[in-house]
Amino acid sequence: MLVISCIKQVPDTTQVKIDPVTNTLVREGIPFIINPYDTHALEESLNLKDRFGLRAVALSMGPPNTEATLRKAAALGVDEAILLSDRAFGGADTLSTSKVISAAIERLNDQEEVGIVFCGKQTIDGDTAQVGPGIATRLGYTQLTLVDRIESLDLVKKRIRVRRKLEGRHEIVEAPLPVMITVVRELNRPRYPTVPMRLMALETEIKVWDNSVLKLDANTVGLKGSPTWVSKIFSPERDKGEIIGDGINDPVGTANLLIDKMLDKDLLAV
Amino acid sequence: MTINHTLFIPLFILAGLTFVYSCYQRLQLVAVGSGEERFDNPAARLAGTFAYAFGQKRVLARPYGVNHFFLFWAFMFLLVANVAFLLEGLFPGVSLSALPAPLYHALELIFDLVSLVALASVAVAFVRRLFFPPAYLENDYTKARSGEALLILAMIAVLMLAFFILNGARIALGAEGSWQPISAIFAGLLAGNAPATLGSVASGAWWVHAVMLLVFLNLLPRSKHMHILTAIPNCYFRSLEKPNVQPRETFEKGARYGVNQVEQFTWKDLFDSLTCTECGRCQDLCPAHNTGKPLNPRRIVHDIKQNLLDNGEALKASHHGATPLIGNGGEGSITEEALWSCTTCGACLSVCPVLIEHMPKIVKMRRYLVEEKAKFPEELLNLFENMEQRSNPWGIAPSERSKWSTQLGDRSFKAGETEYLFFVGCAGAFDSRNKHVTVALATLLDKAGVTWGILGKDEKCCGDSVRRLGNEFVFDTMARENVAMFKERGVTKIVTQCPHCFSTLKNDYRQYGLEVEVLHHSQLIAQLVRDGKLKATKATQLGKVVFHDSCYLGRHNDTFDAPRQVITAATGKAPGEFGRNRESAFCCGAGGGRMWMEEQTGTRINLERVKEALQQKPDTLCVSCPYCMTMLEDGLKDEGADGVRVRDIAELMAESLRADG
Ligand SMILES: Cc1cc2nc3c(=O)[nH]c(=O)nc-3n(C[C@H](O)[C@H](O)[C@H](O)COP(=O)(O)OP(=O)(O)OC[C@H]3O[C@@H](n4cnc5c(N)ncnc54)[C@H](O)[C@@H]3O)c2cc1C
Ligand code: SF4
Ligand code: SF4
Ligand code: SF4
Repeated sequence: MLVISCIKQVPDTTQVKIDPVTNTLVREGIPFIINPYDTHALEESLNLKDRFGLRAVALSMGPPNTEATLRKAAALGVDEAILLSDRAFGGADTLSTSKVISAAIERLNDQEEVGIVFCGKQTIDGDTAQVGPGIATRLGYTQLTLVDRIESLDLVKKRIRVRRKLEGRHEIVEAPLPVMITVVRELNRPRYPTVPMRLMALETEIKVWDNSVLKLDANTVGLKGSPTWVSKIFSPERDKGEIIGDGINDPVGTANLLIDKMLDKDLLAV
Repeated sequence: MTINHTLFIPLFILAGLTFVYSCYQRLQLVAVGSGEERFDNPAARLAGTFAYAFGQKRVLARPYGVNHFFLFWAFMFLLVANVAFLLEGLFPGVSLSALPAPLYHALELIFDLVSLVALASVAVAFVRRLFFPPAYLENDYTKARSGEALLILAMIAVLMLAFFILNGARIALGAEGSWQPISAIFAGLLAGNAPATLGSVASGAWWVHAVMLLVFLNLLPRSKHMHILTAIPNCYFRSLEKPNVQPRETFEKGARYGVNQVEQFTWKDLFDSLTCTECGRCQDLCPAHNTGKPLNPRRIVHDIKQNLLDNGEALKASHHGATPLIGNGGEGSITEEALWSCTTCGACLSVCPVLIEHMPKIVKMRRYLVEEKAKFPEELLNLFENMEQRSNPWGIAPSERSKWSTQLGDRSFKAGETEYLFFVGCAGAFDSRNKHVTVALATLLDKAGVTWGILGKDEKCCGDSVRRLGNEFVFDTMARENVAMFKERGVTKIVTQCPHCFSTLKNDYRQYGLEVEVLHHSQLIAQLVRDGKLKATKATQLGKVVFHDSCYLGRHNDTFDAPRQVITAATGKAPGEFGRNRESAFCCGAGGGRMWMEEQTGTRINLERVKEALQQKPDTLCVSCPYCMTMLEDGLKDEGADGVRVRDIAELMAESLRADG
């Protein structure tokens, strides 16, 4: 059975700035990293590989330099790393991204049954949190979002039980396989690559699947297949804060004021 | 008295063979270690051997060491005496008395006096061990071995007494005694006995001496007194490099990294383990051991030896030890926590009388954990990733590196225009407290008319922490990138304000072909003061200034005077000193990557150092290292000693220039 992790290569956003004139991301010279949530998706796929002997596959859609990200995944121990890359896929929004990834998963499923697909909760650049659910919907998999613990996995009955992390509460749910799970960072602690694995990963073959492999209608993928367009990117103006109460002479009253304000704005869960 | 040669010869052959066999067995074990070049530069090696072994330099650094000095030299002379003794026993008619009379008499006198010295030293050692053991000999580990130590001392005493009785009896029987004053005293005690009795006393003493000598010889390779045989060669084969520079690794498929099996150590590492005299000096100064951590450098060396002995048979059979080194911490095994407790302060290295290299062994075992197993304390995951992704411990964006200098305008390094590359370092560039030091140093250099420039966002971490933590793979990448960049930019002189950057650039990067002048700011400022380019009137507001030695500046790079000269120039008087200072300074707790780790076991090292500081009633603690700054400031806060300031030497100098007006 396969366990798949979808990992996206994103610019290291702590180092990204928005060009104040053109309102576009200044990407020049910015190093790429694995989307932080996806490192947890990857780690969980490796955990299940270690515990249940599943075959772990990492998928990423992106330009050819995404290979570097997949090599990192290989150094951590995935059995197979596949890059989905084609000019035709470029400029994709979440709709067509999930379409391409789904097609790749279907193709993998033809060779070996797919049990679980892990995605990050969201990315730190696109931030939409739509790709995972998009994949689940297309493939008809049960979607389990915001998972912070795998409670149990029964490969005979083909059922999985997970804990979801919701605002102020947890929810334990069970579903039949196959499932698509989006993960939050509390799920696990990503491992660190050993040197022998790093060296091995340098020679690992990173498969590249382009559209001649996936055979999708070129008009339904990439820019052409993307109904959403970015019209403008800008840094939001921040409202000036205000000074409330008198913290020096009336700390208790001021703290109460502050709590009331936060409750008003729905910033505190009760 | 006649010697029964027919009895002694077979006895000697038997004892000789077992001795040679035991030594051979031990050396065979050493030979399972991997290769290491320790035969180069014989001149320097010989010079060191004279200073450390024959001069007993490190031994004498302790007041009590003088006793060992006498014992050592007594042994040296008695070696000749005992060889003569054995020859006499083996070959009828052979005797020193065949030598020309003046020489013979001189030897008689020397042996007689030296035996007394040995006897006295043994008596002192006996009394000390039994009645006044120092703290570092007063623990379960040493107590368990006290029996052996006392036995050996007793045997030496018996040898000396037998020597005196033998010669005393001979004199009483009419031999010439004027050149053996001590033996003559024994002769006086024996006088009046019948010649037959004296004859039996003499041959009895001869046999006691002979048998004791052979037993002693055979005990040597099986006890800590192996050092009598190995200490001198161990001094000869010492590291000629700065020992805080760990060896490079090559990264290729199929290679193994670090050490977990005893045979992965080099032959010199293993030789070290057989040389330990169990004197306890290393543990006495170790900051980890002193604050209740499960690390004791002496135990590390001992466990390596024990593991080697336990695995001996397996190793000889297959060249592969059965039990790993890193484990539960029983005899012959070392816990991970012990390995992670080391601050790489080098106190153990600088104090060991037989020049054992403990800390590099610890780093080698860390390498195994990090590189082969990816197993390390949680906190380090972030550190390693930040280092790999953003080349600084905090993971701050590299574009922030030059923020401290914005008010100074463009201060980029340009070959030909700027003399020094100011290698600011991560703490100096990002840590808000340490940025003050950076600015202070920049101001000083400007005032003195020294031209300097920075690499700004292109500066990368020097890699000190990752290297000491055993992440050699990441260090290797960092070092190669940095050295390439220095070469590309045409850097010829570097000044740093962090001893860790300083030592890494100066010593470690030499392994990567960097041969430029690297100065710590204390050295450059001291030089500018000497050249009259920086002149200070006295800053009076600083009160009593006490200086804390940084391990990486002091012990690891022998720079003790430069920072003190700067303080003297800035304040008009020499700084106050900690109880433990210079070579014996106590680490602040941040070295070896410990800066980035939690300290949960035992008491905190920085508190121990701060308490020691407060005994001197300082107003200002002066440091020369950004990590020391953080550790001491935190420690002072925790001790509630907010009145005491911490200042870097550069800040002190800059303040005193301001006081100038
Ligand atoms: C309107 C719009 C227009 C865009 N136009 C462009 C454009 O012109 N050029 C451009 O380069 N980008 C563009 N993008 C960004 C790109 O479409 C999205 O980054 C991409 O669709 C993924 O969406 P996301 O980053 O929000 O992922 P999310 O939905 O937040 O991601 C959730 C999870 O899905 C998985 N995942 C997401 N993307 C991938 C991937 N590529 N490979 C593998 N797994 C993945 C990961 O597990 C991730 O954690 C655009 C985005 C939007 C919203
Ligand atoms: S280097 Fe310092 S901390 Fe490490 S073992 Fe030696 S004395 Fe102890
Ligand atoms: S390692 Fe050196 S300092 Fe430590 S106990 Fe052994 S001989 Fe003494
Ligand atoms: S931070 Fe300072 S005292 Fe502490 S290890 Fe480094 S140099 Fe030594």
